[in-house]
Amino acid sequence: MLKNTLEGKGRIVGGAVIVLLFLFPLFLPRFYIYLVSIILLTGLLATSLNLPLGYGGIFQFHHAVFYGVGAYGAALTITKSGLSPWFGFVVAPLTAALLSLIMGLICIRLSKLYFGMLQISLGSLVWIIVYRWYSFTGGDNGIHGIPVPNVISSPNSAYYFTLLVTLLSLWALYKIINSPFGSALQGIRDNPVRSAMIGINVKLHQLVVLVIAGFFAGVAGSLFIVVDTAVFPDMLFWTLSLEVLIMCLLGGWFTFLGPMLGAAITIFMRTFVSGFTDYWTLPLGILMMLVIFFLPNGILGYIEEKLHGSLIEQTVKE
Amino acid sequence: MDVLYTIFSPKLMSQIFVGLSRTVILFIVASGLSLILGVLRIPNIWHGSLYMVGAFMTFTISGAFGGGSVGFWMALILAPLGVAFVSLIAERSFFQHLYEREHLMLLLLTFAFSLVFGDLVKMVWGMEYKSVPVPRIFQGSIHLFGGLPFPRYNVFLLVIGPVVAVALWLIVNKTKVGKISRAAAVDREMVGAVGINVSWVFAFVFMIGCLLAGLGGALVAPTVNVSLGMDHTLIMEAFLIVIIGGLGNIWGALLGALIFGLAQSLGILIWPQFGIVFPYAAVIVVLLLRPTGLLKSTW
Repeated sequence: MLKNTLEGKGRIVGGAVIVLLFLFPLFLPRFYIYLVSIILLTGLLATSLNLPLGYGGIFQFHHAVFYGVGAYGAALTITKSGLSPWFGFVVAPLTAALLSLIMGLICIRLSKLYFGMLQISLGSLVWIIVYRWYSFTGGDNGIHGIPVPNVISSPNSAYYFTLLVTLLSLWALYKIINSPFGSALQGIRDNPVRSAMIGINVKLHQLVVLVIAGFFAGVAGSLFIVVDTAVFPDMLFWTLSLEVLIMCLLGGWFTFLGPMLGAAITIFMRTFVSGFTDYWTLPLGILMMLVIFFLPNGILGYIEEKLHGSLIEQTVKE
Repeated sequence: MDVLYTIFSPKLMSQIFVGLSRTVILFIVASGLSLILGVLRIPNIWHGSLYMVGAFMTFTISGAFGGGSVGFWMALILAPLGVAFVSLIAERSFFQHLYEREHLMLLLLTFAFSLVFGDLVKMVWGMEYKSVPVPRIFQGSIHLFGGLPFPRYNVFLLVIGPVVAVALWLIVNKTKVGKISRAAAVDREMVGAVGINVSWVFAFVFMIGCLLAGLGGALVAPTVNVSLGMDHTLIMEAFLIVIIGGLGNIWGALLGALIFGLAQSLGILIWPQFGIVFPYAAVIVVLLLRPTGLLKSTW
């Protein structure tokens, strides 16, 4: 009963946030629309990372590679193939998912830290190729002024496109996590041996979740093109991967919306701190240390804990 | 004879020597990383920042002593010690509280440190490139096979590399603290149970590892532009070297550094534009054949 009303409240808040997001372009200045778009797509990237990381217990250290490859896949399809630009948005997630499958097949033999580090090395190979292949990828300059379809080229329509795609992707990710597949995944995270014993194919589940995560990272990458009309090799550098990891941890990596919150906080911080000083990684690092020491479950994880705690107390009182 | 001369052309030989000097720097940094990974199980991303701090400290110290040979030698001793001191403080006040937690937390904590130190270096030394003069006795070049010039400083590096390797091997294998640290890497609780203060052994190992990062930075300083961001690519290379060598294995770090350094310098001969891709490709090949590294890992 109590749980239902709580869920009901959550729905109302969630609905209000979504309505507010749709109304933003009516009253927010253009810069903030751009900022919210970036937060949305980065949040999608972080949420897709959280699928293998938080729910699967896989050390996906180099997630940005799929984001960057998705973005480059879309950008190159749009600028070089001569096909309809929309085609790029189909190519982006598929390229990322394919790369994720290949890297997954190589890395999946190893576990935990070894997995993560092998992934970083494979990802660095991809990065260095993109960084050096001037004739194809534009090298360290990247590709600028990518012609996106007219319908989504104005700031507001780009925003709505990003918002719609992000919401759809989040919905899909939510469904995946709450499906039998998602439960099996969390079972593997908590006890791989026992999961294998009851007949779950552990490696296959992990591989599938990596491909799904790669797919949605590719979606986020193609959204970046819509918002920024540019790609550059930093999008698949390892520092971005760790920044996304930080977002997951900051928001709470055992919660669904935690990574989105983490992305929002990180990007707001970067924008406003770098507005008045050159030093913005310093506060981010300090914030990170505070979270690691005092809020290991992240902000949303902490709030959930408190709510859940009070929930139990109330039930006892009743 | 002609065929032999074509294969072992002076150009090739000089590239090999360039690769070997690079190997020395990579080995010194990677061995410290490997030591910390092997004993403390920390994937220390901060290591790259310490390498950068070592290079900047070398600039400051050698400048403070007039920028000549004396300054360089003082810097070569003081900069790694300074880095080791900083790392000891960090270990005592932060890292030691997290050893029981997941690797992921430790990784992110070291990344947080590297974020903080990236900005601290920017505050202290500014955004500009710094250059450290090569000490007088190492200025100029010697002539190798067929008269190709080879910088004297690189000869010095080639001497330093084996010295560090042997010193490290002696510390780990022949000293008491080294033996304890190897035991603690395998079974921390057991070592604690026989009455050894594991906490300080870990602090010591962490400090030695970071000292090596500082030493690598000090040694590389005269050969490159000391700049912000020099940590980013180096730490990635050091990680790859440690992985292909086998986590925690000092000789593995040496082998990995050799593969990495030579693949890079020879790759440039074969395909200049993509020379930098070759070491990464070599890493992939090694890992496909032996996923847990070439030599035995201590894990």
